[in-house]
Amino acid sequence: MDWNFILFTLIKIACVIGAVLTMFAYSVLAERKISAFIQDRVGPNRVALPLIGSVPVIGPLLTRLGFWQPIADGLKAILKEDFTPSYVRKAYFWLAPAIALIPSFLTTAVIPFGSTLGNPNNKMVIADLDVGILYTFGIVSLGVYGIVLAGYAAKSKYPFLGGIRSSAQMISYEIAMGMSVVPLFLVVGNLNLSKVIEYQAQNGWLICYTPVSFFIFLVSAFAETNRLPFDLPECETELVAGYNTEYSSMKFALFFMGEYANMIAAASMMVVLFFGGWTLPGLTTPANTLATGLLHIGIFVGKMLVLMVLFIWVRWMLPRFRYDQLMDLGWRRFIPLALANIFFYAAWFWMKS
Amino acid sequence: MQDLFFYLFAALTLLCGFLVVANPFNRNPVTSAMFLALTIVSMAGLFVLLHAFFLAAVQILVYAGAVMVLFLFVIMLLDLKEEQRRTANKFGIVSGIISVGAITVIFIKAIFESHATATDTTPVLEGATQPLGRMLFNDYLLPFEILSVLLLVAMVGVILLSKKDLR
Repeated sequence: MDWNFILFTLIKIACVIGAVLTMFAYSVLAERKISAFIQDRVGPNRVALPLIGSVPVIGPLLTRLGFWQPIADGLKAILKEDFTPSYVRKAYFWLAPAIALIPSFLTTAVIPFGSTLGNPNNKMVIADLDVGILYTFGIVSLGVYGIVLAGYAAKSKYPFLGGIRSSAQMISYEIAMGMSVVPLFLVVGNLNLSKVIEYQAQNGWLICYTPVSFFIFLVSAFAETNRLPFDLPECETELVAGYNTEYSSMKFALFFMGEYANMIAAASMMVVLFFGGWTLPGLTTPANTLATGLLHIGIFVGKMLVLMVLFIWVRWMLPRFRYDQLMDLGWRRFIPLALANIFFYAAWFWMKS
Repeated sequence: MQDLFFYLFAALTLLCGFLVVANPFNRNPVTSAMFLALTIVSMAGLFVLLHAFFLAAVQILVYAGAVMVLFLFVIMLLDLKEEQRRTANKFGIVSGIISVGAITVIFIKAIFESHATATDTTPVLEGATQPLGRMLFNDYLLPFEILSVLLLVAMVGVILLSKKDLR
């Protein structure tokens, strides 16, 4: 344990958390702007900062783009009254938002978001675990606790039913998601995410080898993050607002943040597993200089942003499923499909050997 | 550093394990279930210190992530109010002490009879998943398969019990 390593790791953790929080703020803005575009509206275009707003050209442009909207949203979430209903279970009521948020941050620990910063020892991943993907699935499965406890803590019918429904959905799709990546690791032969990217640098992106896996993973990720077409936890006509009905102010914002942080984590997982991480065709060697290192991080973030836009686009273009249709799709279509997919790749490799 | 983490996780495991069965502040079964989940997570920490990363990940994935969530579901849906008022009875205490004593004796005997020394620290299943898979599917294939059949039997049984019109 030398202090350089600890310091470097702490800096990386701080940078990753900062990046995830920034991306959270601006993905909310992107969501509002893209939904406005799809519905032929303008979207947020009013918030201006006192001094920068009066700078010619740039000021009005940033205001039109809604660039300062996240600040206004954040202030609103913090300054609103944090109301705790008298009948809730206090300890769980406080614990649930934190438990919902923490796993999505923990999953970012194993994601290699760049190659190096010039020096081969400075790997751009917080923890280079040998069982990276299993760690991710383990932590993701802990995310269910936040939602279950939120429903339980509220001690009222609709949040409880919403919590049960949402966690049943998450557990069901976790199975399909976990099985969808097995063929990937049959191809690569290693669970370490850095090795997965190494393989893709040499042999091309894995989406070309395992397209069915990608399809199952993508749909399961929509269900895991509780987003439309599968946003069953929130349903005004049946469940009010689902598990977070009784929450207000910053506690509600934490659930909201958890949802978007999950989305960011899912997008980065997909980039690592299927789209070659920080590599591009023709740009596959780990960085030797600081500039190329930063370029690799930029490529990774760019790929993530494309996937995030896909997430948002799907939300505003597709109608939602009914709950029984969701369960039917998960258990009767995707799990058999994922099993057949595993069998196909196993048989293929057995034939080849 | 490693020692520090070992004592931290061991203490956490024991404390949470104690709070599962005898929580003096809160007798809510859901609290017990949550502490059981915490016990499982801190045991995963102990596995990590033994370089058994695969076991640690699977421990969290299967026990904390799936089994305990289902426990929690059942406890919440049943809403066990009388469980909070129940006090320990004599039979439970006596049988508990006997079983704890028996397990302690077995453990102590096993520790004294094993000839492990402090220098003997190379783990058989160092970190990687591959040796574990090799052992499971070569040396221990039959027990592994029997276990999976056992799980299948349990699953079929549950479906048979819950579907009335199948009988």
